[in-house]
Amino acid sequence: MDVYEKVCIVCPRGCRLTIRKDETSLKGYSVEGNTCKRGAEYGIKEVTNPTRVITSTVKLKSDHLNRLPVVTKGGIPKGKMMESMKVINNIEVKAPVKEGEIIIENILDTGIDLVSSRTVEQ
Amino acid sequence: MYDIAIIGAGIIGTFIARELSRYNLDIVILEKDNDISSGATKANTGIVHAGYDAKPDTKMAYFNVKGNPMFDKVCEELDVTFKRKGSLVLGFNEEDMETIEELYERGKKNKVPNLEIIDRERIEELEPNIGKDVVRALYAPTAGIISPWELAIGLAENAMDNGAELMLNTEVKDIESMDNGYKIKTNEKEIEAKYIINCAGVYADEISRMVGDNSFKITPRSGQYYLLDKNAGRIMNTVVFQCPRKFGKGVVISPTAHGNIIVGPDNEISPNKDATETTGYRLEMIKQTAQKSIDGIPFNKNITNFTGIRAEPDTGDFIIEESKVAKGFINVGGIKSPGLTSSPAIAEYVVEIVKNISAGLEEKKDFNPRRRKVIRFAELSNEEKAELIKKDPSYGKIICRCETVTEGEIIDCINRNAGATTVDGVKRRTKAGFGRCQGGFCMPRVMEILARELNKDMTDIVKDKTGSYILTGETKEIENEEK
Amino acid sequence: MKSYEIVVIGGGPAGLAAAIEARKNGVENILVIERDKELGGILQQCIHNGFGLHVFKEELTGPQYSERFIRELKGMGIEYKLDTMVLHIDENKNIEAINKEDGFIEIKAEAIVLAMGCRERPRGAITIPGTRPSGIFTAGTAQRFVNMEGYQVGKKVVILGSGDIGLIMARRMTLEGAKVEAVVELMPYSGGLTRNIVQCLDDFNIPLLLSHTIVDIKGKDRLEGVVVAKVDENRKPIPGSEVEYECDTLLLSVGLIPENELSNQANIEIDPITNGPIVNESMETSVKGIFACGNVVHVHDLVDNVTRESRKAGKYAAKFVKDELKEDSHIVETIAGEGVRYIVPQQIRVENVEDDITLFMRVTDIFKDAKLVLENGDKSIKEIKKIQFTPGEMEEIKINASDLKEDIESLRVSVQKGGK
Repeated sequence: MDVYEKVCIVCPRGCRLTIRKDETSLKGYSVEGNTCKRGAEYGIKEVTNPTRVITSTVKLKSDHLNRLPVVTKGGIPKGKMMESMKVINNIEVKAPVKEGEIIIENILDTGIDLVSSRTVEQ
Repeated sequence: MYDIAIIGAGIIGTFIARELSRYNLDIVILEKDNDISSGATKANTGIVHAGYDAKPDTKMAYFNVKGNPMFDKVCEELDVTFKRKGSLVLGFNEEDMETIEELYERGKKNKVPNLEIIDRERIEELEPNIGKDVVRALYAPTAGIISPWELAIGLAENAMDNGAELMLNTEVKDIESMDNGYKIKTNEKEIEAKYIINCAGVYADEISRMVGDNSFKITPRSGQYYLLDKNAGRIMNTVVFQCPRKFGKGVVISPTAHGNIIVGPDNEISPNKDATETTGYRLEMIKQTAQKSIDGIPFNKNITNFTGIRAEPDTGDFIIEESKVAKGFINVGGIKSPGLTSSPAIAEYVVEIVKNISAGLEEKKDFNPRRRKVIRFAELSNEEKAELIKKDPSYGKIICRCETVTEGEIIDCINRNAGATTVDGVKRRTKAGFGRCQGGFCMPRVMEILARELNKDMTDIVKDKTGSYILTGETKEIENEEK
Repeated sequence: MKSYEIVVIGGGPAGLAAAIEARKNGVENILVIERDKELGGILQQCIHNGFGLHVFKEELTGPQYSERFIRELKGMGIEYKLDTMVLHIDENKNIEAINKEDGFIEIKAEAIVLAMGCRERPRGAITIPGTRPSGIFTAGTAQRFVNMEGYQVGKKVVILGSGDIGLIMARRMTLEGAKVEAVVELMPYSGGLTRNIVQCLDDFNIPLLLSHTIVDIKGKDRLEGVVVAKVDENRKPIPGSEVEYECDTLLLSVGLIPENELSNQANIEIDPITNGPIVNESMETSVKGIFACGNVVHVHDLVDNVTRESRKAGKYAAKFVKDELKEDSHIVETIAGEGVRYIVPQQIRVENVEDDITLFMRVTDIFKDAKLVLENGDKSIKEIKKIQFTPGEMEEIKINASDLKEDIESLRVSVQKGGK
């Protein structure tokens, strides 16, 4: 009961995690198989509130590029991925754009901004 | 009303169009597909045969031997790559020796020049990588290699330069006879012409039937191929055959006019007239058969496979004549191998037929047998490259890196007569996308140039035939559509 | 004729890192030649994240990763030419290139760094029978269309090959509204990173068909379907196991090949396993003064490793220009032993190694509970134990200079039993 097998995606190592419900632990879960602290955090998050970083593009008016690559500045709830794409698909920006510039603030009230992932001069 | 309507823009149709464009005639070429050479012409071995293969006293033998020496001139005039490499028919055993003797005798009867039967030592001089079991071979120095589609495109362009019209995407649906000629119903419009020349390849019997001539039937037969990378090109020098079988000339390994190696074809009845798919077991058979001829064929350097469909006539020979039941309707059907080799002689002969039935033709005073030179950037000297880019900077941008094809060459091939309108059309004219990455790198760029030059949208650019769209739309449009 | 101390061919991650490092090591006169209209190479179309964990200790997208190098390069004032194609190089480091503005360019370099990257294997390279319709793309070509040009390449997609590009494109196509029917993999394991299987396939319920391949392609003009079959242990399709998938698009992610046309022109010796130049500790090829780095040498899975390797090439190219490389040093050969497919570098000139040197390698198969053992003769120098080694992930072993003694002829790395 309440045992989850997950593959860690924090880094390319791909550790195989076993996450157990554990009332005695501070966070309510115990994690095995991780090789770093971030892996343990990921494991717990993956069974409580899994999130993903979204990378996509938005329409761009520029001299030499049709699409601007964008990235969420942190994970958004996994369940909101497809919904966030609808918002992303309806945005159009104009060059110049700087890397890191906010394209959509607080996307879908997740508290996470969508930012430009490159600079386009003109 | 046109004087002449030619149905089919393959090697035969375009050659006849070009030869007839020497005369004061209104000529139209009707082609069902969207480019020249969309049928057998674009998918065959590309060999100009010496002529020992066809049985003596056949049209095949006559036109083959007559056609072979005509290539040098026409290729020079139209700036088409043609190389006389010589061919070998390999003998592995006693049975093969008999066949080789027979071919030699046949060749002599057909008046093939300089035929020789050579022993292993001579073979090795010509082909150092010859298979270890090869004993003797028939050597025909007059055999050559050519890119058949390049020639057909050159012929169509030259015919148009001299006034002929080309209607692509125009499929003949029915033909009605009139007092002074024919009314041709197509998917596009009706065309009237005094004479029709039927060069519809595997469909020639169906076209002939439209005027009530059921005198021949075409069975499609198919042959499959490997095309190997240019860096495999060094393994051999000549066109290497094995002894012929009942249908066709056996598996060939040959350098191509563009420096690749081609291996194939096999020969089987095709389920239909456009079954151009390849099949795993047939490709495997070809591979195994070919390995006997040349040692170490690098099949790991394969860049593409394809299937060609040949028009096998039930008459056993080429059909080149005015129909017995339809006056002014000339059938040029069943032109299977050696059809490419025969094409110059066939065209010349068809001109004679037209002359006879039309009571003479008047020569055009300003006929120009040459087409404007094709710039092949990769073949230029450094000084020529520098000069050319100075004159036209579009030659300073490489689009296809495998074959070193510049933007200038692609623009030029689109804007010529009988120019390219598709990605494969550009490939056939310039070699862009013909190399080892098969367009992975250059296809988006080629599409961009096509869209720009033809004033089309990127999403309207097709790979090859009309339905072969490449892009399904723009990203970010899905939600907007739903709104 | 123009002359430069170092000419870097290719302005992707490898070329950028090499040029920057060469400048940091005191070379002034550097030129980077890039064939595309901007610097950054293929990373510009790799808009997903996961780059930079080693080099920057943070997770960046491809464009972000390359932008850091582009900024640094421009900040240093290193000269570069865009839209410029190198047509020819020779052993004497003469370079011929063209572009629209300068026309035909002849350049004499003291050292060249080859950083041309790699290309994708097309359909023909794996001989899939069937028709030849449109709708068949290499994954990278599709990636460029979708991510940079803004075009969708299809609606119903099958992907052949589960390398990282294939997996990443499965997610990209899905997010852009396409339906990915399956990812088909010939091998019994995926060639991609596990995290990509989780994030790109599992998240979207895309099936991964291991030990399967495509045996037929259907459709006259546009692709209409592919026939997928199971394969046996010899990777041969099992008759009777065929299933047809209706789709309008097939993406091929069936391998990358180092781009070595120019290397061949200069008669550089090529390793038949990596398909890239044989290099030494300095990333120098068999031709003196011509260096190589990144995917032109061997195909990497992490750009961070490309950067590390290319910095080395840039640094040693600088040393070469300043005549600080020792050519007649004692040479140690590296040998790929049992279970190891290749090792880069293939040769080590001991005297040029400063503190340590890292050997990069790939294993031949999946090995569970195994160790990589570095040996000199029968003496083990170093062992790396792991729960699992896979061909999809590059392995590395660092050797201290003190372990490279004059009496060593060769170093062998092999996979042995007994890991964690």
